[in-house]
Amino acid sequence: MISVKELTKRYARTVAVDQISFEIAKGQIVGFLGPNGAGKTTTMRMLTCFLPPSAGTARVAGFDVLEQPLEVKKRIGYLPENPPIYPEMETAEYLKFVGKLKGLSGSDLQKRVDYACDRCAIADVKKKLLGRLSKGYRQRVGLAQAIIHNPDVLILDEPTAGLDPKQINETRDLIKDLAPDHTIILSTHILPEVEQTCEQVIIINKGKLVATDSVRNLQARARGAESVLLEIAGRDGVLEAPIVQHKLEQVAGVSRVLCKQQVDSRVLIEVESEKGRLVRGDLARAVVQAGWDLNELRPAAMSLEEIFLQLTGSESVEAGKPATKELPR
Amino acid sequence: MRNMWTICRKELGSYFVSWIAYILLTLFAAAFGFFFWTLLTVFVVEGMEMQMRGQAFPMNLNEQIIRPLLMNVSVIGLFMIPLITMRLFAEEKRNGTIELLATSPVLDLEIILGKWLAALILYSSLLLLTGLNLAFLFKFGHPDWKPLAVAYLGLLLQAGALLAIGTFISTLTRNQIIAGAATFVVCLLLYVFGWVEGFESSTWAHVLAYTSVATHFDSFVRGVIDLKDAVFYLTVIILGLFFTSRSMESLRWRS
Repeated sequence: MISVKELTKRYARTVAVDQISFEIAKGQIVGFLGPNGAGKTTTMRMLTCFLPPSAGTARVAGFDVLEQPLEVKKRIGYLPENPPIYPEMETAEYLKFVGKLKGLSGSDLQKRVDYACDRCAIADVKKKLLGRLSKGYRQRVGLAQAIIHNPDVLILDEPTAGLDPKQINETRDLIKDLAPDHTIILSTHILPEVEQTCEQVIIINKGKLVATDSVRNLQARARGAESVLLEIAGRDGVLEAPIVQHKLEQVAGVSRVLCKQQVDSRVLIEVESEKGRLVRGDLARAVVQAGWDLNELRPAAMSLEEIFLQLTGSESVEAGKPATKELPR
Repeated sequence: MRNMWTICRKELGSYFVSWIAYILLTLFAAAFGFFFWTLLTVFVVEGMEMQMRGQAFPMNLNEQIIRPLLMNVSVIGLFMIPLITMRLFAEEKRNGTIELLATSPVLDLEIILGKWLAALILYSSLLLLTGLNLAFLFKFGHPDWKPLAVAYLGLLLQAGALLAIGTFISTLTRNQIIAGAATFVVCLLLYVFGWVEGFESSTWAHVLAYTSVATHFDSFVRGVIDLKDAVFYLTVIILGLFFTSRSMESLRWRS
């Protein structure tokens, strides 16, 4: 549905997007991931024909963005970072105006306006001035505006930015709802969003493509060796972390043992095993034999966040590393 | 074409919902009313004086009221036009709605024509107000309506030209005040460029005077449709809209 080849955008002094290539199949939800200023918005603007690329090609539904922009625009629904609303217009009036711009008319237009209002849960503010709406409503009006002409492709630039947690969940559900009928690209720098909504991820950093893969593959790829988290407690209230560490290192197949946290007589330990070896059983046995309690044992799946940081540069890994699950006190 | 009307209607909606139109109408009516009142009073007083002296100079409504009055309207227009055009593109840029327009299957030309047309319609509605005062002249006197119609055509053409320039200037900035102030200064200069001919007779003075919108208005306000003056206004309109479309295009390459 979308095919991008060596797409480049140069400004006077900087290269905002540098030779990005990717393909997106019909019906997919793709997360477009990157730190602020990575070139997400610029790429999206090129796909929507707002900005012309400096080099390379981008095709949407088979139409080139430079050669047949009108055909591309007909097939795209776009929600920019700030919903493009006119504060002096009423919701329904605004959606009608956008619908007309996108080529709808007559009873078709009315039907689509009602549909979009319904879908985005804004039917109750149809007669309100857009300037008076809350941020969450405005965002949803922005979404309604993007789907009004039933486009093949939806391009959403940070659709959940600035919303409260409840609204974020609603918006995510809405996006998932829309998925079967549309190909969706959504940009974000919030990782759980991608993990929860997207099947496919495209990661860019400083204008360059870093990775493009399915969420599951990325997780597997970044993990490599298996790692396990253990929470161990001493029976009599005393537990020396170095002793535990030493004990676990002796289990066959273990490559690295890391003490993550210690609270009183409980320690949280991460164990990495050599590739292809399952050591969980041996670890549990070793702990029990040593006379300690095994409170918890679980595989430590790498979060996208860690993958992301790993892929987009190491300098921020330490500072930005998410705290591993805290021990309950 | 359909898209042009969609844009035009939306712009008119914005003018009338956001009070801009009503404020402009009020201000215009006040200024025009004052000029009308002073000119009419002078006319009446002169008429009575002549009767008392027993002289019988021909008095002419067209020459003594309508002509200076419509000259004044074109001056008031200088103040109104920046207020009309300043928001056209600057506001869209500030709101981010320009992204909506530019990513909709609409031609740039349709957007520009729609906006310019809306501005022209708003200006026409100002002119419509003047009809109210002039109706009294027709009720109590017998002015000739043909030169009047020609003068209104001239006013519309002149406004169309200045509105096109204002539309262009509005694409250059996100700030409405800057757009408005710049448009005002440009319109004012274009109005008074003709003055240089008063003290200078070399070629550049004639060229400069030719670019003045006021010199081309003279024929219209005298009731004469001069083709070369009409062509001048149409050229400025086309040039202004052409520069607007270039500016919109460059907006995409720059931003």
